[in-house]
Amino acid sequence: MPMKSFRQAINEALRQEMERDQRVVIMGEDIAGGLGAPGEDDAWGGPLGVTKGLMPQFGRNRVLDTPITESAFIGCAAGAAATGLRPVAELMFVDFMGVCFDQIFNQAAKFRYMFGGRAVTPMVVRTMYGAGFRAASQHSQCLYPVFTHIPGLKVAIPSNAYEAKGLLAQSIRDDDPVIFFEHKVMYDDEVDVPDEPYTIPFGEANVTREGDDVTIIAFGRMVNFANQAADSLAASGISCTVVDPRTTSPLDKETILETASETGRVVVIDEAHPRCNMATDVSALICENCFGDLKAPIKQVTGPHAPVPFSPALEDLYVPGVPKIEAAVREIMGKGH
Amino acid sequence: MQLSRDQLRAAYQRMCLIRNFEDSLHEEFSAGNIPGFVHLYAGEEASGVGVCMHLDDRDAIASTHRGHGHCIAKGCDPRAMMLEIFGKKDGLCGGKGGSMHIADLSKGMMGANGIVGGGPPLVCGAALTAKTLKTGGVAIAFVGDGASNQGTTFESYNLAKVWNLPAVFVVEDNRYAESTASAWSVGGNQVDRAKGFGMPAQEVDGHDFFAVWEAARQAIERARAGEGPSLLHVKLNRYYGHFEGDAITYKGEGEIEQVKTEKDALMLFKQRVTETKLLDSEELTVIEEEAKAAIADCLASAKAGALPTEADLMTDVYVDYKF
Repeated sequence: MPMKSFRQAINEALRQEMERDQRVVIMGEDIAGGLGAPGEDDAWGGPLGVTKGLMPQFGRNRVLDTPITESAFIGCAAGAAATGLRPVAELMFVDFMGVCFDQIFNQAAKFRYMFGGRAVTPMVVRTMYGAGFRAASQHSQCLYPVFTHIPGLKVAIPSNAYEAKGLLAQSIRDDDPVIFFEHKVMYDDEVDVPDEPYTIPFGEANVTREGDDVTIIAFGRMVNFANQAADSLAASGISCTVVDPRTTSPLDKETILETASETGRVVVIDEAHPRCNMATDVSALICENCFGDLKAPIKQVTGPHAPVPFSPALEDLYVPGVPKIEAAVREIMGKGH
Repeated sequence: MQLSRDQLRAAYQRMCLIRNFEDSLHEEFSAGNIPGFVHLYAGEEASGVGVCMHLDDRDAIASTHRGHGHCIAKGCDPRAMMLEIFGKKDGLCGGKGGSMHIADLSKGMMGANGIVGGGPPLVCGAALTAKTLKTGGVAIAFVGDGASNQGTTFESYNLAKVWNLPAVFVVEDNRYAESTASAWSVGGNQVDRAKGFGMPAQEVDGHDFFAVWEAARQAIERARAGEGPSLLHVKLNRYYGHFEGDAITYKGEGEIEQVKTEKDALMLFKQRVTETKLLDSEELTVIEEEAKAAIADCLASAKAGALPTEADLMTDVYVDYKF
């Protein structure tokens, strides 16, 4: 199986879905790039090159560069989805949701319910999230918990290139609006990715490590850190299960509860700020449903309740890294009732 | 371009349906029979009908808080609408949307909208669908003078222009955004704003069905021909408050009565078609009476309709979802 980067996997999913279904169009700022400028057409292919090459193949009618007006083009994607297209809109950074959130949570998310089940809104918003790029407070947030809160939206958060290709294909084929989160520091990370199209169903967690002592539940990029921590802890005799829920909405509650009950010790890793995030959500779920199986308090490892800082010295402290995860696991191994 | 007698009858019928629909809701709301917020379109009939007479089911419209008139003008079923506004299970949206979200996508009606300025971006999407799938359709954004100041509206003017979308923006300026006068809240004027985006635009007397119909004809033909978006600034008046229960303390004494006496859209229509002998007053009276009876019948259905139950609470959130 060929090794492909997260960037290539997303590009391939878009290309294959556009080949498969003429109704799939993509839109966003600079997704081709160079429009109206004297130099190269398809100059950028998105600011990080993720959509490079799609405009030459599919043309300007299906690969739509937009003005920098997120309200208009995200709303446009919602309106297009409700009337027969299957748009994939790129919200360059999820931090920009502030200028287009209405179109997502008041319009797209609610059409089906408000219109009595007589609407489908098959749109995808692809968006970059996460710290580690020295991009500072307005280009580094992990806002997936906000979207997870909204009924009507689905939220996918792939942890590597294989997951990204399958989850994006599913997002595009899905008849509900999906917010698809891409961690910006993962675009060059490579894993084996099949050439042929495939989908990964929503709401089915992936158990990436199986162990007896501690269950680590992690989201997006944090799954990779959790795997590294688990491998390192195994060398010192602590065996961990690692769960990648893949989607925060729907959430595979069954696998989370089952693996939590099996080990009785749970660490939840979430890069998002600590209040009302996926870690608190999953912790509450476990406490409510299998409290009796727990041998120790649940430990949450998250970003702090502070904006993402710019200085590399501070940002490195901000991101929950492998050492923090290992420390959390060791801490609850030493605790009991 | 001339309207046929059948088209004139259809236009008058729709305007009468809207007027009766809204007058009935006014009474029912006052009697405490309708839950929630209701924003009535009475007085503005010539605008919605004058525009929508040019549209069919491949065309889309997005509406405002004040959406009942646009719904009826676009061909939505008034009975299902009435049931919806009464919160009944057999309502147009199963009782889940209500007055502010009333919609029927099968008729190209993309919804009234609870968010001021919510519609224009959606209309860009419907226009993009029409353009991409080559349906020949156009999309119309109705916005009020209030929404005309929203960033979403300006962004949509720009997007529609740079993508050359088959879209028309219809600014229904009833002179008050809620209680605040558009004379105060709108900087510059609507036509100049549109021209600033390179869109053809014109001001229209929204009490005059024929003026709206002709202006809309030009804008919609332009859009269908691939010549891009345009804007109509339709100046009109609403007969009721911003919402039902609004005491309308911000309007001058006799302001509404004067419009009703001098510029009522139905009255002007009737004068025009009888004076030119296109229709006679007897057949217009029949249309009026039929509309009145039809809405009374819708109202009876709505009052008798069953309420949704707990089984309906969690349906229609998603097409497919594991809760």
